[in-house]
Amino acid sequence: MSARQDTPVLQVDGLVKHFPVYRGVLRRVAGHVKAVDGVSFAVRAGETLCLVGESGCGKSTVGRTILRLFEPTGGRIVLDGVDLTELSDAQMREHRRRIQMVFQDPYASLNPRLTAGDIVGEPLENYEDLRGEAKRDKVAALLERVGLRAEAMVKYPFEFSGGQRQRLGIARALALNPAVIVADEPVSALDVSVQAQVLNLMMDLQEEFNLAYLFISHDLGVVEHIGHRIAVMYLGRIVELADKDTIFTTPLHPYAEALIAAAPIPDPRSKRDQLVIEGDVPSPMNPPPGCHFHTRCPFAVERCRRDEPPLREVAPGHFVACHLREPGAAPIALTRTA
Amino acid sequence: MATAISTGDNATPRRGKIADFVRRNPTIVVGGTLMSLIALAALFAPLIAGDPLSFQPINRLKGPSAEFLLGTDSLGRDVFARMVYGARISLLVGLSVAAISIVAGLFVGLTAGYFPRLDTFVMRLMDGIMAIPAILLAIALVSLMGASVRVVIIAISIPEIPRVTRLVRSVVLSVRELPYVDAARSNGTRAFKILRRHILPSTIPPLIVQATYVSASAILTEAGLSFLGAGTPPEFPTWGNMIAQSRLYLSIAPWTIFAPGICLALVVLAVNLLGDGLRDHLDPRLARRM
Repeated sequence: MSARQDTPVLQVDGLVKHFPVYRGVLRRVAGHVKAVDGVSFAVRAGETLCLVGESGCGKSTVGRTILRLFEPTGGRIVLDGVDLTELSDAQMREHRRRIQMVFQDPYASLNPRLTAGDIVGEPLENYEDLRGEAKRDKVAALLERVGLRAEAMVKYPFEFSGGQRQRLGIARALALNPAVIVADEPVSALDVSVQAQVLNLMMDLQEEFNLAYLFISHDLGVVEHIGHRIAVMYLGRIVELADKDTIFTTPLHPYAEALIAAAPIPDPRSKRDQLVIEGDVPSPMNPPPGCHFHTRCPFAVERCRRDEPPLREVAPGHFVACHLREPGAAPIALTRTA
Repeated sequence: MATAISTGDNATPRRGKIADFVRRNPTIVVGGTLMSLIALAALFAPLIAGDPLSFQPINRLKGPSAEFLLGTDSLGRDVFARMVYGARISLLVGLSVAAISIVAGLFVGLTAGYFPRLDTFVMRLMDGIMAIPAILLAIALVSLMGASVRVVIIAISIPEIPRVTRLVRSVVLSVRELPYVDAARSNGTRAFKILRRHILPSTIPPLIVQATYVSASAILTEAGLSFLGAGTPPEFPTWGNMIAQSRLYLSIAPWTIFAPGICLALVVLAVNLLGDGLRDHLDPRLARRM
């Protein structure tokens, strides 16, 4: 924790990613899926920023757009002071070694035709002129660092378990010594017993290499374990961003509160007094005007339907996008109904 | 039944493996055997057949005999020899057309599938080529460049390219979206290496199958061209021009037309059987038959 610095290594400003939707014989653009609609945050070295939200809220798209696996529609992605959105593909390639990704599916993210050594060695081949023995040694060291045996490099992915495969994915991401790792639900496909091992490995590596993680997850238990700060997303926007403890104890946005309250508590006797949100998430092709959450918010007022609430700092390091939490607004008790 | 088979496997594992393969893939075995026999005959034609070109007018339209296994044609040429040598042309055309169209189609398909900016343009171009019938293109090219086996091969290959391209492109489009390709892109792998290392291997099994169908249809098209007199020069023995020259004597010398006709049917059958068998064997989505 002491390694955390104040200057962010990765800063995302007003990131927008819209996917065109084609319809009809002429394949005309019939609209856009507004997957990410103005998302801003910063990640510091040695820090884990968790992006949470339900499926379809755009959190994975944020991660993939930051790596320019999707071309951003708008906004800035600043890594080490360089805006990645302005780079050509060739220039981007030079910056890729600073930001790597761990994928959700430990099966589909490893080419079944390559050996573990080829998979982990691929980024090394791409940037470093390592050959023969030198490359083998580097790959062996990487495998051992993530808790696999060096002899495993001749094995094929199908010979590994899910947890071991995810370790391979982490070793591959680590190979170039990146500053930032985007981890897109890296443990959601694993057994619960294996999840903790992989999370602990990631935390050890963070300590050792002073890594910044953008950790995308829908599992609040996992987030509570690994996160330092947490951003809650709803329908393409961040609705609340704060320290982990603040989010878990005093969430201010009604959606964040409902999300936290919905997390299962491993105690059968605990009373569940929670804010229950009804209805479905509106379509991201046609998001509601004003606050995206107003259609399901039990406290929504006229203004919520009209004006989009900005993400405002209500306490040091605590950002909320809600009109009802505006400084000077009448204090409305969004308390959990008993 | 099942128990009997499994104990048999345990007793003689090696022979069991081969027997197992034959039992699971009868079409590959039948098609492959037939193809190998025809290919061997074509390869060793000088050893098993006489001169296909020498004609003895005195022996014209003779029935099968010890000297002429399948009789003689209207110019007194050995039908058996011409049939065996005809296999050379057919197999040469089948193999060359498959090779040319697969290589060209693979290149175009990988490019179109992986680079979206080129996709629309390239695929519309391919649609245009697809609209040209092989026979017409061949007739045009032959009248332009003169009749030769090479011209025929080029003429048949060109309209086959779009079919291969579409197949390759469809594989690329689905593999391109797999997370391991994203992983390769995000760790800085260049496009060429991604295509070669992560995408190309997935296109090979369907291409092997496609190659068999392409060569079967090329063999038929070549025979059709020879029959029309637009293909290989008439002195070369091909099954197509044998059929063409024999059709006038069908009622008096039927052997002259049946020999090449049956050969043509057998080759196409063998190639198609092989292709069907390989498709079942290589496509993991089709459940293994027990």
